[in-house]
Amino acid sequence: MDVLLAVLSGFLLAPLAPWLDRRLGKRWGWMWALVPLGLFLFFLRFVPALARGEAFTRRVPWIPRLDIHLSFHLDGLSVLFALLISGIGALIFLYAARYLEGHPHRGRFFLLLLGFMASMLGLVLAENALALFVFWELTSLSSYLLIGFEHERESARSAALQALLVTGAGGLALLTGWILLGQIGGGFEITQWRSQREQLIVHPHARWALALILLGAFTKSAQFPVHFWLPNAMEAPTPVSAYLHSATMVKAGVYLLARLQPIFGTMDLWGATIVPVGAVTFSLGALLAVRQSEAKRLLAYSTVSALGLLTLLLGIGTPTAVTAAMVFLLAHALYKAALFLIAGILDHETGVREPERLAGLRRAMPITTVAAVLAAASLAGLPPSLGFLSKELFYEALRAAPRWPLLLLGNAVLAGMALVAVAGLMGVRPFFGRERSELQFLHEAPRPLWLGPLLLGLSGTIAGLWPAGVERTLLNPAITATLGQPAHIHLAAWHGLNPTLLLSALTIAGGVGVYTGRGIVRALAVPRVLARFTPSAGYAALLNGIFTLARFQTRVLQSGHLRYYLLTIIAWTVGIVGYPLLRRADGIALRRSAPEHMMDIGLALLIPLAALAAVRFTSRLAAIAALGVVGYAIALLYMIFGAPDLALTQFMVESLTVILFVLVFYRLPRFATLSGRWARARDVVVSALAGGVVSALVLSVLEMSPPNVISEYFVHKSVPEAHGRNVVNVILVDFRALDTLGEITVLALAGLGVYALMRLRVEE
Amino acid sequence: MELLLAVVIGSLYATGLYMLLRRSVVKLIIGLGLLSNGSNLLIFTMGRLVRGRPPIVPEGESSVPPPFADPLPQALILTAIVISFGVLAFALVLIHRAYQKVGTDDLDDLKTTDT
Amino acid sequence: MRRGRIEHSSDVHERGAPVPSSEWERASMILGVAVRALLPLLLLFSIFLLLRGHHAPGGGFVGGLVAAAAVALYALAYGATAAQQLLRLSPRGLIAAGLMTALASGLVGPLMGAPFLTGRWVKVGHLELGTPLLFDVGVYLVVIGVTLWIILTLAEE
Repeated sequence: MDVLLAVLSGFLLAPLAPWLDRRLGKRWGWMWALVPLGLFLFFLRFVPALARGEAFTRRVPWIPRLDIHLSFHLDGLSVLFALLISGIGALIFLYAARYLEGHPHRGRFFLLLLGFMASMLGLVLAENALALFVFWELTSLSSYLLIGFEHERESARSAALQALLVTGAGGLALLTGWILLGQIGGGFEITQWRSQREQLIVHPHARWALALILLGAFTKSAQFPVHFWLPNAMEAPTPVSAYLHSATMVKAGVYLLARLQPIFGTMDLWGATIVPVGAVTFSLGALLAVRQSEAKRLLAYSTVSALGLLTLLLGIGTPTAVTAAMVFLLAHALYKAALFLIAGILDHETGVREPERLAGLRRAMPITTVAAVLAAASLAGLPPSLGFLSKELFYEALRAAPRWPLLLLGNAVLAGMALVAVAGLMGVRPFFGRERSELQFLHEAPRPLWLGPLLLGLSGTIAGLWPAGVERTLLNPAITATLGQPAHIHLAAWHGLNPTLLLSALTIAGGVGVYTGRGIVRALAVPRVLARFTPSAGYAALLNGIFTLARFQTRVLQSGHLRYYLLTIIAWTVGIVGYPLLRRADGIALRRSAPEHMMDIGLALLIPLAALAAVRFTSRLAAIAALGVVGYAIALLYMIFGAPDLALTQFMVESLTVILFVLVFYRLPRFATLSGRWARARDVVVSALAGGVVSALVLSVLEMSPPNVISEYFVHKSVPEAHGRNVVNVILVDFRALDTLGEITVLALAGLGVYALMRLRVEE
Repeated sequence: MELLLAVVIGSLYATGLYMLLRRSVVKLIIGLGLLSNGSNLLIFTMGRLVRGRPPIVPEGESSVPPPFADPLPQALILTAIVISFGVLAFALVLIHRAYQKVGTDDLDDLKTTDT
Repeated sequence: MRRGRIEHSSDVHERGAPVPSSEWERASMILGVAVRALLPLLLLFSIFLLLRGHHAPGGGFVGGLVAAAAVALYALAYGATAAQQLLRLSPRGLIAAGLMTALASGLVGPLMGAPFLTGRWVKVGHLELGTPLLFDVGVYLVVIGVTLWIILTLAEE
């Protein structure tokens, strides 16, 4: 199978999903899991070759003229992500089929989920930056649709919109950044940028490009201060939260940072921006998590925290930090998806969303309890989980950080303690302690629901016990790809007694303290003043401001009065055409090619007078007659200045217009003076100005009018090529016959319009 | 002559636009007529003003001996004249029907789609 | 004599007392006689304009307008229904025939391996007949059709 097909398979299957899901019936929904499973096995086949240090590129031209290609690059980093997306995806699909069994729109759900999976795979595998952007936006879009899946709920709709607006704005920033980079580098292939990084990063625009790209990454990965959309996104069905909003999509920003680390890693802006943002997000997310009572929101804030840590580590960018980031990425994807799925099980089986209101479930749900304990242990960083290993590693990386190591370490210990408390709330609180009497009729969740969390929890533990396995196959190639140079890292379950281990122990002890004292943490009131300036309040204010502006602008501009629209258009045109005409220093010199005769002067005086009469007359008949005089006088001008065809046509049309007016005009209302004196005065001024500008425009165009090459051509070719001596007619029926064909069609349509208006009566 | 014609065109634009700005819907038609005449004359003047030399090749020759009036604007205007007749008819009928239906000629009363 | 839809014209006298009908009948009688005499002449003139258009002032647009004006005058004198009968072909039919003719003239080119609307000529004795003329005939028919469609529709109202 081809990589292109692997990426596109989700898109191809998605439109069929609603129909196919109905055909499968509710019992066979698990079949959907075969799609991601197949993809997982497909990407797994690349692992041995990648471990040997190979990489694969597949390129399909898409819009070659704009240098946009569907090119895919398979290296350690992208395949690690692809395996997470398809592997966790398989478990999620299985879970969702059971979780939404009997839901009337399960088919639509799978449509969106397949579309998301394909977009996410495209995002991590894309080699062309613009293709990456397209997939990036597709993930935002499918996330929007999935958060708003239960669209009857107002809160779901507004959360979906918020996520879309925030990540969409970031996406636009990313696109701008890409285009800037493309301008500097002359292409959109990321590997190409990588090879020319030396020239790229010294370019004065590189800082702007990087800042814009970082904006995109931060919004997608919910970094402070735009983190608020992620907890709100918990309106989505639980499988979506587990999949998009913890394991995969929110890591897109982190993926981007890892992908660009070899290019920008040495720039000052890189560390100076990413490290503080990541550090604040890391501890703030963890502290806010403890204050939540609902399981999903709790997990969402801890995800924000985890994303902060990943960002922070990639910002530091040392080999140890990148290693820690990759290990933590894997650990987090495994335990967080499991915990979300467990939250879903609790909600599904007990109908209770707050862990504090549950206790003693271990007897009724032994398998879920095992899965929860394993996953929570990894979250808390207890040995022998992969979480423990990653915690050791990131403490080490922070200790060795080139800037502010102590500050970062303290921050991390604080966040770590809060995360231990979160682990207690999710892994201990609901399952242990005395059984609640009202919960005693519960039983274990069905197999498709517990299978995913159990497998994820077990993998985390196995990886922690035997790190060499994942290290050789998955982590080393990913770290190598991120660093841009071979990495030699050896993970071990036991590092010996060292300061890092001490810090770990301190974190766990402190975490137990936070867990027992969580009541106090929650009771801490946020100062009123601060509450008014939270980022999400800022978002609300911004949105309201836009609405207010839109309403104001609609009220002012969209008056519904034709004459105000016209007045705006005329005044604006007068301004922008008149200003440069006025600015012309030399004035307008007159070219006198055609001298005046008495007859011309008479006509030239007659036309404005008749036009003025048409305006002034209060009788309709007189006004029409005056309009006729204008038309006939212009026909005479055509006659004088060598346009007999025009003169003839104008005479005929004027005569027919008279007949037309005779037939209709007297069934129309009489002239009425409806505008007030001031309005009339204003209109006189505006239209007089417009007339003046047109006059000046005519003169200045005449002054510079170059010889008309097209006319020369027509005149010379008329007889030899078109066998006609009347050049005007030859243009109409031969040279530009296609235009004339269009014009007579328009004419026919005008006739049809008149007929339809008069004859076809709409039923009253 | 160009100066004179520029003034003529300007006056047609001014009067036409003034009529378009009126609230009485019938005056709009007059404005439309003035404006289309003005535009045609504008295109005509932008070509070349050549007295009495239409772009017609004399019998037996292969090209028009200069100077001659520019044929291209003439071709443009010729169709424009006929089409503006169609447009004028359509506008007249539209206003006629709207007046029949709504019973007002004040554009301010025709703001909404509700009758 | 038939007055047709000429009543509309009586509105021309705004707000004034109604015009005595005898005067109007006399006026329309003159018009009727004049139209009867002019109609064939005008139609002939319109065809003359159409045919000479390629070499001298004239052509499909002017020719069509002249023909339409002739029939419109007839409608003023004898009523829209009479004009309709005189035409035989409905204005809609004229428009359709005109568009088809113009289109067909354009298709001659592609049939001979040239782009759409390329002019093609055949020499018949001293006369040069070409697809541009056929195209102009199409224009002529459309212009007559549209003008009369509008005027007759309004006159019947």
